Amino acid sequence: MRKLIYLGPLLFFIITAVYFALPILKGKDPRILPSAMIEKNIPDLNLPPLLETKPGIDKQALMGEIQLVNFFSSWCGPCRTEHDFLMSVSKSEIIPIYGINYKDKQNAAKAWLLDLGDPYERIGRDIDGRTAIDWGVYGVPETYLIDKYGRIQYRHVGPLSESIFKEKISPIIKALRKQTNG
Amino acid sequence: MIAELGHYALVLALLIALVQTTVPLYGAAKNDFSLMGVAQPAATAQFIAIAIAFGALTHAYVTSDFSVINVAENSHSLKPLLYKISGVWGNHEGSMILWVLILALFGFAVAQFGIHLPPTLKARVLSVQASIGVAFLGFILLTSNPFLRLDPAPIDGRDLNPLLQDPGLAFHPPMLYLGYVGFSMAFSFAVAALIEGRVDPAWARWVRPWTLAAWIALTAGITLGSWWAYYELGWGGWWYWDPVENASFMPWLSGTALLHSAVVVEKRDALKSWTILLAILTFALSLMGTFLVRSGVLTSVHAFAVDPERGLYILAILVLFVGGALIMFALRAPSMKLGGLFQPISREGGLVMNNLLLSVATATVFIGTLYPLFLDATTGQKVSVGPPFFNATFVPVMIPLVLLMAIGPMLAWKRGDLSAAMSRLWFAVALSFGISIFVFWLHSDEPLTPVIGFALAGWLAGGTLKEFADRIALFRDQLSKSLSKARRLPRSAYGMTLAHLGLSIFICGAVADSAWRTEVVINAKERNTTSIAGFEAELETVDRLEGPNYHLERATVVIRKNGEYVTRVFPERRFYPVQQMPTTEAAIYTTFLADIYVSLGEGSKDQGWTLRLWYNPLIPWIWAGCLIMVLGGLISLSDRRLRIGAPFKRAHKKVKENGLLENA
Repeated sequence: MRKLIYLGPLLFFIITAVYFALPILKGKDPRILPSAMIEKNIPDLNLPPLLETKPGIDKQALMGEIQLVNFFSSWCGPCRTEHDFLMSVSKSEIIPIYGINYKDKQNAAKAWLLDLGDPYERIGRDIDGRTAIDWGVYGVPETYLIDKYGRIQYRHVGPLSESIFKEKISPIIKALRKQTNG
Repeated sequence: MIAELGHYALVLALLIALVQTTVPLYGAAKNDFSLMGVAQPAATAQFIAIAIAFGALTHAYVTSDFSVINVAENSHSLKPLLYKISGVWGNHEGSMILWVLILALFGFAVAQFGIHLPPTLKARVLSVQASIGVAFLGFILLTSNPFLRLDPAPIDGRDLNPLLQDPGLAFHPPMLYLGYVGFSMAFSFAVAALIEGRVDPAWARWVRPWTLAAWIALTAGITLGSWWAYYELGWGGWWYWDPVENASFMPWLSGTALLHSAVVVEKRDALKSWTILLAILTFALSLMGTFLVRSGVLTSVHAFAVDPERGLYILAILVLFVGGALIMFALRAPSMKLGGLFQPISREGGLVMNNLLLSVATATVFIGTLYPLFLDATTGQKVSVGPPFFNATFVPVMIPLVLLMAIGPMLAWKRGDLSAAMSRLWFAVALSFGISIFVFWLHSDEPLTPVIGFALAGWLAGGTLKEFADRIALFRDQLSKSLSKARRLPRSAYGMTLAHLGLSIFICGAVADSAWRTEVVINAKERNTTSIAGFEAELETVDRLEGPNYHLERATVVIRKNGEYVTRVFPERRFYPVQQMPTTEAAIYTTFLADIYVSLGEGSKDQGWTLRLWYNPLIPWIWAGCLIMVLGGLISLSDRRLRIGAPFKRAHKKVKENGLLENA
């Protein structure tokens, strides 16, 4: 019996090693997160505005147009890395971006936008993170592509970049626009 | 040409390591001294070969040889020399070369300084150490060769990530690797002991300096990394419980446990199999850190370029070495003789508690770090574990540990007297109480958590100081006698006192910063003023300047207190055109009691600039505490080297004579 105790560390290690091997062998990229919300309608929401100059966000505001919804926070480092790209999207007017400011201090978020620029059509404050839970947000930054009927078409976890946008999001936008025209 | 020389040296090192793995091991089994003797020159030759490879890669970086892919991808001709050199290990391939260089350095050190080691143990240790070298040299040559050429060569390189172009980060990886890889020494000694089937106090005396050296380097490495994150990232924080930070923190925790359990083996010949297991697990956690960073199974801001093939290879190394060592442990450890017995209330008992608590702490960090991975693999659910989890689980484990740290050193070996120790703790109680009252008086309108933190720090400092004072009979004897006692005290005693005091200072810094940090964000034009924590800060000017490989805006901020000039600080905002990336260089005005931290954001003359100011109370104490721990380690290390392996001097002489006879 005493001998069996000495096998404990080995068994524990083997189990751990199997868990390490699984994601590699399955060829899984941990950064790809499935969303249970794809093809579903966006949940109800009614968020107060962040800035005095722009209104907040309700469900109605997110309908009728293909658009991106971006969850961000001033305290989030990766948000900073995607911000330049969001600015370029907003300048080129490819697609409107709606911002949801997740669990942030109002002044910090304002300073952040003042500091880095404001790419958003409208910004709503998700003060307690309730909306993020409804949407199934894993962590900021996270970006959702919404069609004009208010259905979620794509979700990206982590900072957006030009290459991700071109490869993953642009094709869906094009397909959606075709559907509407045709 | 020189790059090819480096490549060739790496292949040569692999072959030498193969010889060093097999021949001495066989020699030790057959008790053949000439075969065992191969280990020493082989370890030296292996180190030289890897040093040549490292030198060749450094040469390619310093001369900006962009026909080498690795240099073209990670360097730039305009980069300052320091960052050309640190660029060598600022990427995956180069950092692996540094890894094996340090691994070989430790082997070389054992070969050179281990002259008093029993010959079979030495041969086996060097052989196990070389086998780790074989695995990693193979890994480099097969999957991560830094000497590959690029044709045609580009005119200039893609530059190193600007965040890494920083003096703190230039030295953070080498220190961290010295720590990680240093634990390989404890591992090699543990496996060698399992092969020999024998662990005795002399073994522990051998393992301790290597473990201590690794622990010192790891402490310094983690501190540098945290300091870098603090001043470079511009977020004002110093620890984020990021998976990769945790990956370096887990071996630190278990290494700390190992350091203490080895004392019990050395002094009392007890806890032997536990110490062996800790040595294996500490290195396993170091290897796991390497695996997690480079395989991409966890997401982190730190992750290197993700490559599943590399991940699988490192996992194979992990399984082979740790799995193999644990199989040997399961086979051999049960037959190890139990050592000296002791009462639960004793120095040993205290150290067992220390080990238990540190193991639980390691386990909480382990679970928090890997839980997302386990959950994803079993249920496909995605979660992230953040600071709230660690604050809720890790901190409660630390509280009894700190309480114990004041009591443990006062207990005698074998059988301690708890009530006598308790009666010596009056000073700890007094200091703890005094500090809490003071802190409560300063911040009476705020929550009580920081008061508890400071009470703990005071308790620890009081207990540690009292223990030291008792050792030299301070105030109980004449001062001159106390001083002469202090001179005769072993350096390891000073080391322990300093390290424990360092932790107490660290706790003050960590508690104060998390409880009382204040932050101000303003949009300021030139001549605008704001105030923070009783200071006034005025943005005087913002100038546009040129750095060696970047443009910059430098602000001049005057800090005053009640209208009187205190200092000028110069926060910068840099833009690196090659990588198209901005960085912030925060300016920090530090006093002994706090930092004023100023970081410059985007802006212009007309619109004004965003200015972030933090007042971080006692944050210098965090680094100071860590430095004092490192200093304590160094002092303790300088002691042990002097008496290393003393009991084997005579035995060794005999062996040497035997060797001579055989040669003749």
